[in-house]
Amino acid sequence: MSIADLDRIRAQAVEAIAASADLEALEQQRVSLLGKKGSVTALMKELGGMGPDERRAAGQALNVLKDAVAAALDARKAVLDAVALDERLARERVDVTLTVRPEQLGRIHPISQTIDEVVAIFGQMGFAVAEGPDIEDDFHNFTALNFPPGHPARLMHDTFFLPEKPDGSRLLLRTHTSPVQVRTMLKQKPPIRVIIPGRTYRCDSDMTHTPMFHQVEGLVIDHSTNMAHLKGCLIEFVKTYFEVDEVPVRFRPSFFPFTEPSAEVDIGCSRAGGELKIGAGADWLEILGCGMVHPNVLRNCGIDPSEYQGFAFGMGIERIAMLKYGIPDLRTFFESDLRWLRHYGFVPLDVPTLTGGLAR
Amino acid sequence: MKFTLSWLKRHLDTQATPEQIAHRLTMLGLEVESLKDPAAGLTGFIVGHVLEAAPHPNADRLRLCKVATGQGSLEVVCGAPNARAGLKVALAIPGVVIPSTGEVLKAGSVRGVMSQGMMCSSRELLLGDDHAGIIELPASAPVGAPLASVLQLDPLFDVAITPNRADCLGVRGIARDLAAAGVGRLKPLVIEPVKGSFKSPIGVSLDFPAGAESACPLFVGRTIRGVRNGESPQWLKDWLTGIGLRPISALVDITNYITMDCARPLHVFDLRRVSGNIRARLGRSGETLAALNGKTYELDETMTVIADDARPLALAGVIGGEASGVGADTTDLFLEVALFDPQRIAATGRNLAAESDARYRFERGVDPAFVLPAAELASRMIIELCGGEASQIVQAGTVPDQRTRLTFHPGRVARIGGIEVAEPKMCQILEGLGCEVDSAAAPWAVTTPSWRADLTAEHDLVEEVIRVYGYDEIPTLSMPRPDVVRPVLTSSQRRSSWVRRGLASRGMVETVTWSFLPSARAALFGGGKPELVLSNPISSDLDAMRPSLLPNLLVAAGHNADRGLRDVALFELGPQFDGDRPEDQTAVAAGLRAGRHAERHWGEPARAVDLFDAKADALAAVAAAGGPADSLVVYAESAPWYHPGRSGCLKLGSKLVARFGEIHPAVLTALDVKGPAVGFELFLDALPLPRAKATKAKTLLKLSPFQPIERDFAFVLDRDIPAETVVKAARGADKILISEVAVFDRYEGPHVGEGKKSLAIQVTLQPVDRTPTDADIEAVAAKVVAAVVKATGGALRA
Repeated sequence: MSIADLDRIRAQAVEAIAASADLEALEQQRVSLLGKKGSVTALMKELGGMGPDERRAAGQALNVLKDAVAAALDARKAVLDAVALDERLARERVDVTLTVRPEQLGRIHPISQTIDEVVAIFGQMGFAVAEGPDIEDDFHNFTALNFPPGHPARLMHDTFFLPEKPDGSRLLLRTHTSPVQVRTMLKQKPPIRVIIPGRTYRCDSDMTHTPMFHQVEGLVIDHSTNMAHLKGCLIEFVKTYFEVDEVPVRFRPSFFPFTEPSAEVDIGCSRAGGELKIGAGADWLEILGCGMVHPNVLRNCGIDPSEYQGFAFGMGIERIAMLKYGIPDLRTFFESDLRWLRHYGFVPLDVPTLTGGLAR
Repeated sequence: MKFTLSWLKRHLDTQATPEQIAHRLTMLGLEVESLKDPAAGLTGFIVGHVLEAAPHPNADRLRLCKVATGQGSLEVVCGAPNARAGLKVALAIPGVVIPSTGEVLKAGSVRGVMSQGMMCSSRELLLGDDHAGIIELPASAPVGAPLASVLQLDPLFDVAITPNRADCLGVRGIARDLAAAGVGRLKPLVIEPVKGSFKSPIGVSLDFPAGAESACPLFVGRTIRGVRNGESPQWLKDWLTGIGLRPISALVDITNYITMDCARPLHVFDLRRVSGNIRARLGRSGETLAALNGKTYELDETMTVIADDARPLALAGVIGGEASGVGADTTDLFLEVALFDPQRIAATGRNLAAESDARYRFERGVDPAFVLPAAELASRMIIELCGGEASQIVQAGTVPDQRTRLTFHPGRVARIGGIEVAEPKMCQILEGLGCEVDSAAAPWAVTTPSWRADLTAEHDLVEEVIRVYGYDEIPTLSMPRPDVVRPVLTSSQRRSSWVRRGLASRGMVETVTWSFLPSARAALFGGGKPELVLSNPISSDLDAMRPSLLPNLLVAAGHNADRGLRDVALFELGPQFDGDRPEDQTAVAAGLRAGRHAERHWGEPARAVDLFDAKADALAAVAAAGGPADSLVVYAESAPWYHPGRSGCLKLGSKLVARFGEIHPAVLTALDVKGPAVGFELFLDALPLPRAKATKAKTLLKLSPFQPIERDFAFVLDRDIPAETVVKAARGADKILISEVAVFDRYEGPHVGEGKKSLAIQVTLQPVDRTPTDADIEAVAAKVVAAVVKATGGALRA
């Protein structure tokens, strides 16, 4: 077998391999060349009948041939593999415009979110959160809060009453969160700094009133807190809550049985073009009531008014939520309309913080 | 409380503008709800003088007028029938805003002739309804003068009076507050007594049983005869009309005037309708009174009436009787000025649903020292306007002294208000309000005025000083902060927040529903106890405190389905009420899913919600709460509002933590909600609060270097054997090696026989110290089989 023979064989083999159209044909080539009965294998077998020198020379040449054939097979296989993969991938093409599997992210109700915001703001000022029962008695809801005996709110006016007891007393649904002030003061010695969010009830239902709504109450009692602190505290709250740098805040004298002096707080706003904007503007918008805790209330709660003093405030959660988030109708808060809840609700990851921001 | 500027100026000498007065009123706590200043829109309007009025060349109905402006003249086209030469008119020149349209006036061509201005009607200036012609000004009006200066324009204030300020239910009280705050000077109110020329033929008495004397401590009256009750003079009619009162007759208008001017209601009776003497007494059951408002009231012993010898004439302090009222033919009258118990008046008015200006003032309290002056003021006005002669005054009872003597420490103003007010200023404020102040004493001695029953203690004076000085003057101080900000929420508050956001992360939407619901609905959920039914619900639909959160969620699901949203996942955190004591109120997190678990999708079949969705929600809520989820035991027992075979509960020991399951079909029918619907109720207070830990460090993680091994087993069991029994038995077979047991298949059918099922579990072994040999694994497997067989009576499936 001459070198020229081997070169010819190699050239034929390489040509045949390159001509293999697919992996199957390539495998046939491999078998016919390198398989047990393959042509190259047959040549290798002939080595056994040669003398030692001849065998060495022929062996080397055959090995070169064999390596070359194997390399050609591998190379062709790589090419054909790539082609096959491309074909498979082409077959596997899907319509990426199809929708993903359904997932739902729920919502947090604006009332809960607003309470969380309020808690974040006052919490940073050192206010703890206190709670109390919705069903109250006359003492906590009225008497201790210095409501005079004939006060309209104590009668059938706007208080929900439960049936009269054999002893003539009757429980009621708290008309404000202020009874929790009383419960707090009766339980805890000053200094006190609490806010009290919760459900409140009034026998009233129209465009702007619902029989149930939410308030947040604040109470500070210590030796020295005065109206200047009250102003500072609430102005800071308003600016932080509404997330505006400057907002005009007006403290206007008013009357509540449980505070004296009392004030209503207005914030500046603009109603230009029918759109409400909190901040600078020609109009005022009432957002909360507040005042210095009335000495009679302190006395009723076992706190000496000559030693302790402080302030209290209360505001409607729905109201401040409506103002901040532009929600037009109070009644919709309680209608459980999924369209409304999804639109005005908040995603659960939006946890209000003062460092990260209250609202997106 | 409404009043006009000119009425206010009767009591207050001031140069302040209406806007300045309004601002000060609001900052005094007398909140101005509206200020209607007709002059405000008249800027730029002037008095014009029509020099010539010729026909318009191109239009029959229009006139072309030459109008003098004081600085020349303008050509004005006008369609008003009364536009004529010589008339003084309200002239708008280009550039001014027409109040009725809000548009800026421009010169323009009208039917081919330039019109350089506009002559206005009352309606165009929002001064009235008259649009028949243009305003005709008096001939004396100076040409070119601002229009507002020649019109009788009276700004109208409407002020909200807080319940403590009875004295400001009269214009004089408001004037006094303004004067105290430095907005002008309070004019003295001089009332010249009317000398009685004869003895009143009618006497007065207070006729009350012991204990009820406070109903009317003072009654003053007087007969006036020979009056002529015609129309009031124009000024009085204008003033009353200006604040929305309808002039009736001079006598009635006088009583209304004094009510509004001095917050002092009083009443006049026609003497012809009074038989015998007049007394104040309690009403009697069976008596009725036909009142001036056309209604008839049934009286009783809780009310005070003014009566003659025969019958009640008036409901004291609330409303007069029709029969004894004065009319156009009244010649002789009896004037009543009295004091009544505010609480009794309030109760009477409320019980009878009788509203009146008199009741409004009496129930807030009138000035007891002003009874006699009011009688004299009324007498004088009656005689001035209606003629006649007055008897001597008759009086029963005495004038109570309502003034309070208080001590006042000026330092308390700074202590409470955080504001420094000079002592002379404080004194000036208190005196301006009518207090007598002895500031030489230490502390000061202050006597409050008779009209300020609300000033009863030192802090009331402190408030008055700060209020009148001005809240705007109070500085703004930051709250002293804690050195280190610590969490302020309690464990249970934090837990609620986690549950809320945890459930929302699961795709559920939070809602907030009423704490009450219809009694019938409450009864379906174990509620409706009589002590939890409201006496005065807003409607019968909202009369019972809710015993569960589910009914409201179910109804909400129904409402959403009505709107085409049938796939619902709602939850609420809130109270439920098992009784009326504070401890009967429990905090609950409840969720409801209805319809399909998820919307239809091309890649996966849709499925209806089932109880395992609700169970998953319940378990997730417990986990979110940081509750001991691993220690919960599931029981196949729940409550009557769940499907008895498809519901269960989670307990910690014997304590019920949560219920879950499919809602009972009968409940769905009763609430008119289409199923399927599944829900859960988690009783947050039943979860133990996490213990306060000394360190926040987590327990050390020990990772096994050995691979876990999984082995599957299938058992044939009686159909009713709970899967939990199998899982527990398997887990207990080797507490060290077995780390997890999970059910992965369940089969019922012919292959396992009637009443049987096959349950397949995967047991995970987590080797601790070495790789287990096959023999080790076989040994554990045998233990698992033995334990399950023993616990269930079943067999390993062949």
